[in-house]
Amino acid sequence: MALTPSSAIRNNTILCCIAFWASIASPSAAEDIEPGGKLLLTRGISSVDGTGGGGIVPWALITGNETDRGIGATAHLTSVMLPDFDVVSYGAGIGLRDRLEMSYSHQTLDTGSTGPKLGLPDGYTFSQNVLAAKVRIAGDAVYGQDTWLPQIAIGAIYKKADHGDLLAALGAEDDDGVEFYVSATKLLLAQSLLLGATLRYTEANQNGLLGFGGTSDASIYPEVSVGYLLSKRLIIGGEYRAKPDNLTFAQEDAWMDLFAAYAINDAMTMSAAYADLGSIATFDDQRGLYLSLQVGF
Amino acid sequence: MYRFCVAALAGPLLSATLAMAEPLPGELPVDPYEASNENAGAAPLENPDVFVAFHGQAGIDRIVDDLVDRVIVDPRIEGIFRASDLVRLRRTLKEQFCYLLGGPCDYTGRDMVEAHKDQGITMREFNALVESLQLAMDTEGVPFAMQNRLIAKLAPMQRDVVTR
Repeated sequence: MALTPSSAIRNNTILCCIAFWASIASPSAAEDIEPGGKLLLTRGISSVDGTGGGGIVPWALITGNETDRGIGATAHLTSVMLPDFDVVSYGAGIGLRDRLEMSYSHQTLDTGSTGPKLGLPDGYTFSQNVLAAKVRIAGDAVYGQDTWLPQIAIGAIYKKADHGDLLAALGAEDDDGVEFYVSATKLLLAQSLLLGATLRYTEANQNGLLGFGGTSDASIYPEVSVGYLLSKRLIIGGEYRAKPDNLTFAQEDAWMDLFAAYAINDAMTMSAAYADLGSIATFDDQRGLYLSLQVGF
Repeated sequence: MYRFCVAALAGPLLSATLAMAEPLPGELPVDPYEASNENAGAAPLENPDVFVAFHGQAGIDRIVDDLVDRVIVDPRIEGIFRASDLVRLRRTLKEQFCYLLGGPCDYTGRDMVEAHKDQGITMREFNALVESLQLAMDTEGVPFAMQNRLIAKLAPMQRDVVTR
């Protein structure tokens, strides 16, 4: 085969690109990519932000059923039915080698008949798009049973809210923002306990649905999770997430929930929770039922 | 006579660290190695309730037999066991679980690195075995919280067992 100089350069460039990608995607390129292999529940569920975690707190676990030799993915649909609002989140995430996680989610806060009471049209809906990446940097939550070192991951979450003009009128500085977090997750198997702690650097108002910033700068807020494994399929527990309170027109509270997550099989996990989202846009005591379905491989 | 006396004296002294078990009928010969409970890969549990929850030695024997019966037909991992001496595997696994659960047993098998070094086991395959072990413990009626006491002992061995 006779190659012209230009086609040789092009071919070499392509080969270099392929080799570069292979070196990232597959450190041992001769091996096949394997799907699946995680134990039930150890991929976590999907948080409202799309990150692998609990329902409102990201965990250090990586989404998808894959192990260190594979690729996995999940998709989720979550609904929180509150007295004066409905929150919906759907999205998907990819896990690479149980090391790297990338996810997208779309969130809506439907004001329903509450809209007019806020001077908004009936059924006015706040919404945002969320892109997130997480990388596991140390530890193994499941297998490190002989050490206190938890699984540790760091992540970044980019959020872009719709209706920027309205959010500015409400006192938000921006309609988009980036959150950074570090998360530690530890399974204490001998006690059947799951413990998690996250520190999130954020200035998001109501998770970003009401924009970013306002009366104070971004700061670090703690989040914790506790779970008890009742069986290999069922975990019950609670989560707490401190949040900024940046808008002068309305107070914002911490979020918390009591949850149960049930792995129907390798592919599907159902979660239900009693969620307390505190005061939202001047409407207090927003407590209600959280339901989430996660499917994946 | 002198050698007999030495053996009679040394035997009980050495048995704490060098308890080479009698191979069962049907076991294949293995290369010599130094037997020690250290090879079991973890210290035994001290809470006697766990051994009771596993229904003692008899329960552990049933769990291991069920486990081996499951893994040798599991398409994900049966290939690993095709060349294994299953008689010896059952015996040493029973010893190991009994020892780790605080039972009156010594582990006489090889350490986890040696026992798995040529098998090229992956994380997915390790997890497949854990799933079969959980099913075997379910069948024996071991409560989930007690199952986790054993799995917590076995889990860190992943670092020695998984080589690929």
